[in-house]
Amino acid sequence: MNAIITMILKRLGLGFVTLLVVSIVIFSAVELLPGDLAQEILGQSATPETVAAFRAELGLDQPAATRYFTWLGQILTGDFGHSLANGRSIADLLSIRLGNTLFLAAYAAAIAVPLSLLLGILTALYRNSLFDRAANVITLSSISLPEFFVAYILILFFSIKLQYFPSLANIYPDTPFGERLHRTLLPVLTLSLVVVAHMMRMTRAAIINVLASPYVEMAQLKGVSPWRVIVFHALPNALAPIINVIALNLAYLIVGVVVVEVVFVYPGLGQLLVDSVSKRDITVVQAVSLIFAGTFILLNLIADVLSIVTNPRLLNPR
Amino acid sequence: MIDRRTFVSKALSMGATLGASAGAGSLFASEPASGPAPKPSSQTPKKGGTLRVGFTQGALSDSVDPATFSNDFMFAYAYGVFNCLTEIAPDGTLVPELAESWEASPDARIWTFHLRQGIQFHNGKPLTADDVVASINHHRKVDSKSSAKPLVADIVSIKARGSDTVVMELNSGNTDFPFVFSLYNLVIHPAEGDSIDVTSMNGTGAYRVHTFDPGVRAVYQRNPHYWKPDRAHLDTIEIILVADPAARLSALITGGVDLIDRPDLKTLHLLERHPNVKVEQRTGNKHYTLPMLSDVAPFTDNNVRMAFKYSIDRQEMVDKILKGRGVVGNDHPIGPTVPFFNTELEQREYDPDKGRYYLQKAGLQTLNVKLHMADNSWGSDTVKGGVLFSESSARAGLKIDVIREPSDGYWSNVWLKKSFCASYSGGRPTADWMFTTSYAKGVAWNESRWDNAEFNRLLVAARSEFDLERRREMYFDMQKLVRDEGSTIIPMFGNYVDAMSHKVMHADQVASNFDLDGQRFMERWWLA
Repeated sequence: MNAIITMILKRLGLGFVTLLVVSIVIFSAVELLPGDLAQEILGQSATPETVAAFRAELGLDQPAATRYFTWLGQILTGDFGHSLANGRSIADLLSIRLGNTLFLAAYAAAIAVPLSLLLGILTALYRNSLFDRAANVITLSSISLPEFFVAYILILFFSIKLQYFPSLANIYPDTPFGERLHRTLLPVLTLSLVVVAHMMRMTRAAIINVLASPYVEMAQLKGVSPWRVIVFHALPNALAPIINVIALNLAYLIVGVVVVEVVFVYPGLGQLLVDSVSKRDITVVQAVSLIFAGTFILLNLIADVLSIVTNPRLLNPR
Repeated sequence: MIDRRTFVSKALSMGATLGASAGAGSLFASEPASGPAPKPSSQTPKKGGTLRVGFTQGALSDSVDPATFSNDFMFAYAYGVFNCLTEIAPDGTLVPELAESWEASPDARIWTFHLRQGIQFHNGKPLTADDVVASINHHRKVDSKSSAKPLVADIVSIKARGSDTVVMELNSGNTDFPFVFSLYNLVIHPAEGDSIDVTSMNGTGAYRVHTFDPGVRAVYQRNPHYWKPDRAHLDTIEIILVADPAARLSALITGGVDLIDRPDLKTLHLLERHPNVKVEQRTGNKHYTLPMLSDVAPFTDNNVRMAFKYSIDRQEMVDKILKGRGVVGNDHPIGPTVPFFNTELEQREYDPDKGRYYLQKAGLQTLNVKLHMADNSWGSDTVKGGVLFSESSARAGLKIDVIREPSDGYWSNVWLKKSFCASYSGGRPTADWMFTTSYAKGVAWNESRWDNAEFNRLLVAARSEFDLERRREMYFDMQKLVRDEGSTIIPMFGNYVDAMSHKVMHADQVASNFDLDGQRFMERWWLA
């Protein structure tokens, strides 16, 4: 057990270093983009004079290194700072958006993860049957279509033709929970269709792989039912790769859904990031990037810990 | 000079006014664009209801600082929550808003604005002249970052006289000066000492802010004490940002919103057939331009510029890029509804032979140039327009290489920097404003760096010219100069298009200075 705690601490330490590197990379990348916030906001109506006044007000006339270290100092004291563009507190801005993003991801995961595990087990159980092939063809088709296309198809049928669900998934802090579930079902379905194939195929492959081992043959010879063989004998030994794929897809549900957010007008972190990059609002870009990078680091850590915990051989190394 | 009472009653009876000295009063009364009072609407506005609107423009970075307003979301906010000194009426004329009346000194250099009495901000504070002075000074101060700074730069001094009069002194005379105060940047905030609180949402306007979440939505509620008797019909207005054109369309069709701006032109003919939706369009002053830097070879030679002007197929552009939702331009930026629009200029047609003639006059057989454009320089489909131009001009011996630039950063890196690019302008309500900000020598937005001595002389002279005939002549000449010697190709004027459910109502005449009734739909429109 101590080994696990040591590993978690070590990984968290490395995670912090990674975040630092990410912040430097993101800062330099935004610096490399042509134009700055003053020019982007004033746009076509900018004059050299007003751009200079704008820059001075925001401190954009300072050298890049100075601005980076000022920002870093603030972050280390837990202060995300304020949006350069309109002075809103980034912590406030993020808390609502992050909540929305996590809600959407959790909702989609609550549907997609059990569904893909179940489909994975069933297709492993009835492998090469008509059901197996149909499930594979359908899920692979949905992952092959671009997200916005899946989204438009769902809107066309469920929103425009049948009118079951609204086409805008605009939720606000005061939207009741039940209505949230209703309004966001279409984006959640879109996301589910996109991620199910990956997790289902990995579950199926991992189980089938284990099914070839001698102890499974032994269980079958003892007359254990095929369902029981898979769920109690094969699945626990196939968990590690499945957990990793689930973690990868959960991370995607949090950081990679900007297209779905745009199509359904969902106020999540993805839109926040795109908006801030296009306006060069670097403090917001940095904050969101840190959250995204942190998500990846944490989910990977959890996946590794779970893989070890569910595998006695790794848990108790000789 | 006419007295105030006479002036106001005259103004009200005309339904349109531009106050000035007696000379200016009659001058504008006989202007064709002012015309007779607008026909009263056939429908009577109904009170109440919630209007939900899907907007294209708006961003997370939007700030309530009036110096930074730069998109529709903020224009609607400005005109909904605040008032200006003056207002552009639906017919394009100037009418009083917070300023009840105004008059100018004979040389149009000193302007006196009389404020309306009994107006209150949302928090109950009465409007005074100090509020006006502070609000205008916010854009004038030395370190101002306001995009309206060039427009108020001509003000030498601005003073409150008593609580209801503001006197402004200009550097040089300008008969059209009151028009500037209809601009969304120049809304009146309450004074905080010498300045204004740029985070305040406390205005005198028809709506109070209930929720303001930039990049997401805004919810407005009717100001029960609003001073205009025949405005502000809706109880609540919710503006949601829906940047994706397909999402905007489906939101309207499914009843998620009642009104959308800027519907996708490619599918507009299909939307028009939808039984629950009406599509409306108005030709305004918004125009698309192809500026050529007049101090960079080969564009220093006016023959070269003329060769390009004759080699663009304007009708084809309107048909294919605007899908017919616009009209051809005549290489000058004045729209047909603007006072002093030159009705005598012949429309320039596509004539590659003439193009070739001018090219030969410049001593050239063929000419290769690069045209820089991003796909959003004209809103959308700009590069396709560039390719059409390239094809049509090939017949005149011109060879245009269309260079696709990234949309991101276009206005800071390409526009005003490359010698030939694409741009647009929302147009301006007066010829003087348009020319002064974008065609006069050396101004920041002179996108072709054009410098024509005769034009610059006429521009200054016309500003303080009170004789209607002479002034008209001067503006006619200026339009001709821009058309024939200018360095900007203006192939087309685009319509303002919006789509709504049948229950969204408005007066018969709708303003065409911006989208959605000059972005004053919040206080002008209602629900059936």
